[in-house]
Amino acid sequence: MGLQGLLWCIALLLGTSLAAAAAGRHRRAGTLVYAVALGTTTVALVIAGASLLAVGSLGGALQLPIGLPWLGAHFRLDALAAFFLVVVNLGGATASLYGLGYGKHEQAPGRVLPFFPAFLAGMNLVVLADDAFTFLFTWEFMSLSSWALVMAHHRERGNAAAGYLYLLMASFGTLALLLAFGLLAGPGGGYAFSAIRATLPSALVGGVVLALALIGAGSKAGLVPLHVWLPLAHPAAPSHVSALMSGVMTKVAVYGFVRIVFDLLGPPHWWWGALVPLLGGVTALLGVLYALMEHDLKRLLAYHTVENIGIIFIGLGLALAFRASDMQGAAALALTAALLHVFNHSVFKSLLFFGAGAVLAATGERDMERLGGLIHRMPLTALAFLIGSAAISALPPFNGFVSEWLTFQAILLSPNLPQWLLKFLVPAIGALLALSAVLAAACFVKAFGITFLGRPRTDVAHDAVETDSWSIAAMFILAAFCLLAGILPGYFIDALAPVSEALTGARLPRQNELDWLTIVPIGQSRSSYNGLLLFLFIALAALLAAEAIHRWASDAVRRAPPWDCGFPDASPITQYTAGSFSQPIRRVFGTVLFRAREEVDMPPPGDARAARLHVRLHDVLWDTFYLPTAKLVEFTAERFNKVQFLTIRAYLTLVFAALVVLLMVLAVWQ
Amino acid sequence: MAIVVDLVVQLGQMLVVLALAPLLTGFVRKLKAHLLRRQGPPLVQPYRDLLRLLRKEVVLAHSASWVFRIAPYLVFAATWVAAALVPTFATGLLFSYAADMIAIVALLGSARFMLALAGLDVGTSFGGIGSSREMMIASLAEPAMLMVVFTLSLLAGSTQLSSIAASMQGPDVGLRVSLALALIGLLMVAIAENARIPVDNPATHLELTMVHEAMILEYSGRHLALIEVASYLKLLLYVSVIACVFFPWGIAVSGQGAAAYLAAVVVYVVKLAAGGFLLAIFETAIAKMRVFRVPDFLGAALMLGFLAVLLLFVTRAG
Amino acid sequence: MDRLALDVAHLFAGGLVLVSFMLLYQDRMTGLVNNFALHALVVSFSVAWQAYIQQAPHLYITAAIALVVKAVVIPVALHRIVVRLGIHRTIEPVVGIGLTMLAGIGLVALSIMVMLPITAEAGTLAREDLAFALSVILLGLLMMVSRHNAVSQVIGFMSIENGLILAATGAKGMPLVVEISVAFSILIALIVIGIFLFRIRERFDTVDIHVLHEHRGERP
Repeated sequence: MGLQGLLWCIALLLGTSLAAAAAGRHRRAGTLVYAVALGTTTVALVIAGASLLAVGSLGGALQLPIGLPWLGAHFRLDALAAFFLVVVNLGGATASLYGLGYGKHEQAPGRVLPFFPAFLAGMNLVVLADDAFTFLFTWEFMSLSSWALVMAHHRERGNAAAGYLYLLMASFGTLALLLAFGLLAGPGGGYAFSAIRATLPSALVGGVVLALALIGAGSKAGLVPLHVWLPLAHPAAPSHVSALMSGVMTKVAVYGFVRIVFDLLGPPHWWWGALVPLLGGVTALLGVLYALMEHDLKRLLAYHTVENIGIIFIGLGLALAFRASDMQGAAALALTAALLHVFNHSVFKSLLFFGAGAVLAATGERDMERLGGLIHRMPLTALAFLIGSAAISALPPFNGFVSEWLTFQAILLSPNLPQWLLKFLVPAIGALLALSAVLAAACFVKAFGITFLGRPRTDVAHDAVETDSWSIAAMFILAAFCLLAGILPGYFIDALAPVSEALTGARLPRQNELDWLTIVPIGQSRSSYNGLLLFLFIALAALLAAEAIHRWASDAVRRAPPWDCGFPDASPITQYTAGSFSQPIRRVFGTVLFRAREEVDMPPPGDARAARLHVRLHDVLWDTFYLPTAKLVEFTAERFNKVQFLTIRAYLTLVFAALVVLLMVLAVWQ
Repeated sequence: MAIVVDLVVQLGQMLVVLALAPLLTGFVRKLKAHLLRRQGPPLVQPYRDLLRLLRKEVVLAHSASWVFRIAPYLVFAATWVAAALVPTFATGLLFSYAADMIAIVALLGSARFMLALAGLDVGTSFGGIGSSREMMIASLAEPAMLMVVFTLSLLAGSTQLSSIAASMQGPDVGLRVSLALALIGLLMVAIAENARIPVDNPATHLELTMVHEAMILEYSGRHLALIEVASYLKLLLYVSVIACVFFPWGIAVSGQGAAAYLAAVVVYVVKLAAGGFLLAIFETAIAKMRVFRVPDFLGAALMLGFLAVLLLFVTRAG
Repeated sequence: MDRLALDVAHLFAGGLVLVSFMLLYQDRMTGLVNNFALHALVVSFSVAWQAYIQQAPHLYITAAIALVVKAVVIPVALHRIVVRLGIHRTIEPVVGIGLTMLAGIGLVALSIMVMLPITAEAGTLAREDLAFALSVILLGLLMMVSRHNAVSQVIGFMSIENGLILAATGAKGMPLVVEISVAFSILIALIVIGIFLFRIRERFDTVDIHVLHEHRGERP
């Protein structure tokens, strides 16, 4: 029943998309499209949430007679799909709500409106797909509709190149997934997931499928080194689409990985649990260091997505390692941590992109170096962005801390693993995780501080206006989720129990029976956390201090120019910029990883021009992997170009030679 | 009835911590002065400073926002809650299971986040210096701290401070190299996080040497009082953690009765005094490092923590 | 008693690994030589403790040799060489201190990963000492590889020797003769290296190896 409802919602979204394609220029088209999208995704969210909590009664499978004639299209709603549908539709609903306000700023609505509902429909369909063909078809549909959205502002500088790179990487990823499904289906050729689940691949095939899934799903999610398209494509799209791409589409990619590796592939081998967390840890650290070097607000957020995907893959990899050693409780913990981070990240990343979109709409600027002081002009946006920043920096009592805490608890179970490499690797990955968590906090002090705090650096920042109430409503709904998931994590963990049971065979202990709403992931004597109590304590302590001081001491305030160690009122240019804020961290980490070099161009004495500071950064991954590959492809293409210009006789010879070779192979094979 | 007693003891711990924090700082300052052959301010001078500041009016810059005004309260609240969750005279108190060591480290991170934002709020270059240097120091100190937490929790089988303290008093811990390395790492992190020489000078007003002082440069009146109390509490927190983990003898267990608690409070005060004494000697004996030597220092702490985790596996195998 | 014995031995061996790391961290010549003296001191204490718990009195002699020769005579000699050659400057590592320390950690992990499963049959004390000893040897090699300066390469070579002593005393039954001959060979090697250093210094006014490289002969 739940599945039919979801499919009807998706059909409605596709219908809206067609209608918008026909009548996109109409004045009220935007409001209608976003309103329908909001309604449909909210209904889908409710159905998905109900299915997650009562998956036995509401789940189901369905086969539609569309698609390939001998295969049809299979759809299935199980616990894993229900959870990811909750994530997708929550993001979709808030993005549609945001779009009701933000869409009015859109210059070319005809290029955005038809594809937005299609994108939402595509993401929903990927999660529901139950056979390889439907999965790949809907995956491509999702990629293409998001590509169209990336190209919506194609005349802006850099967007066309971003779209091209996105298309290239998406096609490459789909190719990897195609090969993965081909290997999984095996010589028997049964493409339905139920058939694939029944066959058990050999160790070699399993390893190859893991690698292909990492390449295919990982490139869409943003694993290093396949992440390069993400910081170019995500910022190029309109802001609510950026939020969907970063917050939701990357999670659909994670869903693809989880479905293939945890569900379809059978029991894992221990070295999978070494490779995946290592990739995750490296991704997390590199993502946040790239983010620290950025001063474009949306690109910084996109690099942060890369970091958080790394954290999710750390949890997934740990779950694989524990499963391979039959430690099912620990595997359930690691998987729950990863999935909870999936939810948390989609919530706060969407919130942050909405904030960045509001700033972009109000000032026309994405560059932090040209903003500043926006907290006075856009107070509500600033508050929502602050909550999102605190959540993504893994600060208690918000939700980011809960999933990181659970991941750390899973890491601390690693000494029980039998393999020596894992025993040493997992604490090293714990160190990488700790490093990336605190660097993320540094990055968001920079992002929030330079953009919203301080004094305005340009006139557009000085004259910014608060954004509209639809956008603010969307942002505050997500901010409320950030706080709720941090204070009441037990409910979310219990909701994830059916998923972890289905995939690892175990679940975390029931959280809702514990005192004071504490969460205890392993055992009471081992570790526990109570977000509600911490929040109450902090709030009470702060309020008590404020009340006591205001009553018995003093509450006088006087406004004056800043002290600034006695310097006379300096211009806003003397404030710290984004580059200067990250300079110490760039000196420590960047000289090795990015070959960061600073050069000061000092004018000779007597010359009155300003000195200049140049910071050179090299994207080492781009230089090592992509440029040589591009050169190789160009070189090979040059060589093969000659085939275009042969005579007719030469072509006939080619055909003849191919025929003869095939006949010879047939003869030998007999 | 029992729950009321537990609540009272827990509240008692929170008040003890708040009351003793300025005394510890006063003791360290007095001792440093004596080592430099000066009289130094009286032991209770920090209390007087706080009272004086609380009564003064706040001077706010024109460009300061509500973040600037709220930050001192949040910094104080987060640090006080974290300090109150560290076992000082008794383990296993009523709310000690609300947060383990990782959560305490993260609470201090929340406080630091708000303080760094407040530094950027007024829009002067000093605040920027303080915030950016503070985040650089934190980016190495917090992972080092987490590595020490890993070592301790791998040894004790738990991340709860009460359980770690209890297992450290147990018989099968022994003299391990990992513990020595973890202690050295924790000391280095404590020095960095509390803005002590050789990482930062708590008594300086030269911009080239400021980290913590630069962030709070624009604060005055009651806001400054709250931030000062928060930094006193942070020092007390770190000394308490070192005392309860590495020197856990004399800590009462929850439920042992008022006499045991009182004795444990006396032992705790003695441990605080010893810690303050060693800190004063260390700060007087050593010179401050250049800012860009601090990453080497903290990198060494991170390596020590990681080495401690690795070496733990050597003896666990046998 | 047995527990305490194991713990103290473990403490000394782990302390030796820690001092090897401190050797890697040093960037001044005098600090390096003093640290090496500490290295030899820890080794001699470790050997003395092993002599006590294994009840093998000949190991006391080994400990005394390590103490006198390596912790006193050689550092004093090195100090004097440093003064005579007029080297009073800092030592630059090839790739930054952070990366060198990270590589050191990797080597310790590697030696633990190799040694512990292999020696699963042996007693706890021998296993730990072997794992730590391999770490010290690898760290000494890392020191030789990651420094431009000839004196620091000499010290790295001698810290390898200390690691070998730790390994040898951890396993019971190593005769004293070997120790004396090894100690003598070290002394001779040191004299030879000292002569070389004097010659190099006279010729080129420096002991930086880079300068030597340019005069190798194949280069046009």
